[in-house]
Amino acid sequence: MMLNPSLPKPGAPSLGMSSAHYARRKITNVIMLTLTGAATVLAIVPLIWITAYVTIQGSRFLNIEFFTQLPTPVGVPGGGVINAIVGTGIVVGVACLIAIPIAIVGAFYAADHPNTPLGLAIRFGTDVLSGIPSIVMGIFAYTIIVLPQKRFSAFSAGVALAIIMLPLILRTTEEMLKLVPRNLREGSLALGASNWRTSVQVLLPAALNGVVTGIMLAIARAAGEAAPMLFTAFGSTGLVTDLNESTATLPHTIYIYAMSPFKDWQEKAWAAALVLIALVLGLNILARALTWWRARQMGLNY
Amino acid sequence: MAVATSKFTLKESKHRLRHGDAIFDVLTLVAGLLALLAVLAIGWQLWQESHFTRQAFGWGLIFSADWDPYGDKFGALPFIYGTLQTSILALLIALPLGLGIAIFLAELAPPWISRTMGFLVELLAAVPSVIYGLWGVYVFAPTFVKPIGETLNSVAGFIPLFAGSVSPQYSRLAAALILAVMILPTISAVSRDVFQAIPRAQREAALALGATQWETIAQVLIPYGLSGILGAVILGLGRALGETMAVTMVIGNNYNLTASLLEPGSTMSAIIAGQFGEAASIDLFRSALIEIGLILFFITLVLNMFARLLVWRVARRVPTEMRV
Repeated sequence: MMLNPSLPKPGAPSLGMSSAHYARRKITNVIMLTLTGAATVLAIVPLIWITAYVTIQGSRFLNIEFFTQLPTPVGVPGGGVINAIVGTGIVVGVACLIAIPIAIVGAFYAADHPNTPLGLAIRFGTDVLSGIPSIVMGIFAYTIIVLPQKRFSAFSAGVALAIIMLPLILRTTEEMLKLVPRNLREGSLALGASNWRTSVQVLLPAALNGVVTGIMLAIARAAGEAAPMLFTAFGSTGLVTDLNESTATLPHTIYIYAMSPFKDWQEKAWAAALVLIALVLGLNILARALTWWRARQMGLNY
Repeated sequence: MAVATSKFTLKESKHRLRHGDAIFDVLTLVAGLLALLAVLAIGWQLWQESHFTRQAFGWGLIFSADWDPYGDKFGALPFIYGTLQTSILALLIALPLGLGIAIFLAELAPPWISRTMGFLVELLAAVPSVIYGLWGVYVFAPTFVKPIGETLNSVAGFIPLFAGSVSPQYSRLAAALILAVMILPTISAVSRDVFQAIPRAQREAALALGATQWETIAQVLIPYGLSGILGAVILGLGRALGETMAVTMVIGNNYNLTASLLEPGSTMSAIIAGQFGEAASIDLFRSALIEIGLILFFITLVLNMFARLLVWRVARRVPTEMRV
């Protein structure tokens, strides 16, 4: 291994090195290490800037009407975005119903057979799927559902979001199943339980806390996606509860309102952004708190 | 939990168990493989649905710079250029910062600071793209990007990249800077894992030879984890290439092929997001946008496959017990 050429060679008298060399190396060390800390602090700046600005701007335009009223036409004061809030709930709900069962069931195989070719194929597939842009998921849902049905729908939006959530939930569930102590599994098998019973009745409950955390993070991610909505949910000014109708969603509404030339729409965009960021960051913080709580419990138990 | 195997003879129960397990295995396998299937299905669908333009122009879409959908001219070059320009600039900014963060979190910070700061950096990735866009258009671009653009323009305006008139709100530079913030968590998180996977002995050997902590990091740890760091970079790049809403909102939708970072532009994802509404009912137009989506899919697919292999390789080199 070749270190900096200015380092003393093994056996060379250290007195032969000028103290300036040492000083320079020490100073470089301090400067570079400080810079890494500075980079970390710098990265936090946009986070604080965005959350603070959205909170201040958004809270100015946020009121009860915002949560309970339908949008008013441009220029008419008042109104809210209840259609988008309900729409986001429906679309994310559909996505959960599709993604969560598939992801958890699939995770059993991946956790059970970690180093077999099929296990690796699952891991590889989920990793690659999670790297594909959400806009592509939107186009995909458009081509398989919207085009044949000839109408935009909440269901197609749910499918697009489900594809986004699937790899996230599958991978966290897999990791959580793997973290369950071996002796629990062995105990169950030794009692004569079959592999599938062990998986469903012993491993899953033991990993449940972590699985829930993963689901929360996936919901947070899906709830904030606007790009796939352009091709699927499409938007609507009315309150829609039919899965086969197009519907408004919170992120899509923010996009439309923000890019509109109307002042009151732009103001509503900030208010909607506050609702969305509170939801998303809230879920993230809650998930982290759960993880911390579980780690503490494990620490006390084992 | 009642497992009533005693009711059966050993042979019977064994048979039953094997049956249940076989079904369970198949079921879980199918569910697991759905993700891989989805990747294939996405590729197949985009390929199918872009056949109008592929038949009409072959791959001419990639090489033409003329974008005039109502004159049947579909050249995606300005968007491909815009995507590469913004993503690569974002990467150049985010790589040193992300690496610095990873080093700080994995090597220097005490555990509680590392946990807290690590979580805050991860939250950057949780902020929805559309909120980045909203903040970008109304806050970040006018107050932060514009002065930078004006300075670059007056100092280095003779370079095509910094030439032209400085746009107050929409510019490629604003898009690139926001992308840099957005991919920072990806790069720092993956490289932090890489650093944490490097065996302790590597550090101890370097320190014992008299290297300072920085020399240990720069001359031992970074070379050791290089392929993993490269994986982090590629994952970040993949994220930047496909990022849609924030970029669409700040880049300003200029469909001409111009070089300058300070002017509005467009990217592959921005053109799809911005024009799909109009295009949906026109076969050729819609097909062109889907073909751009296909190119985007293909690029991110290849990058992701490559990155995963690199990151796996680093992880596999370390015995399991040594990993955290």
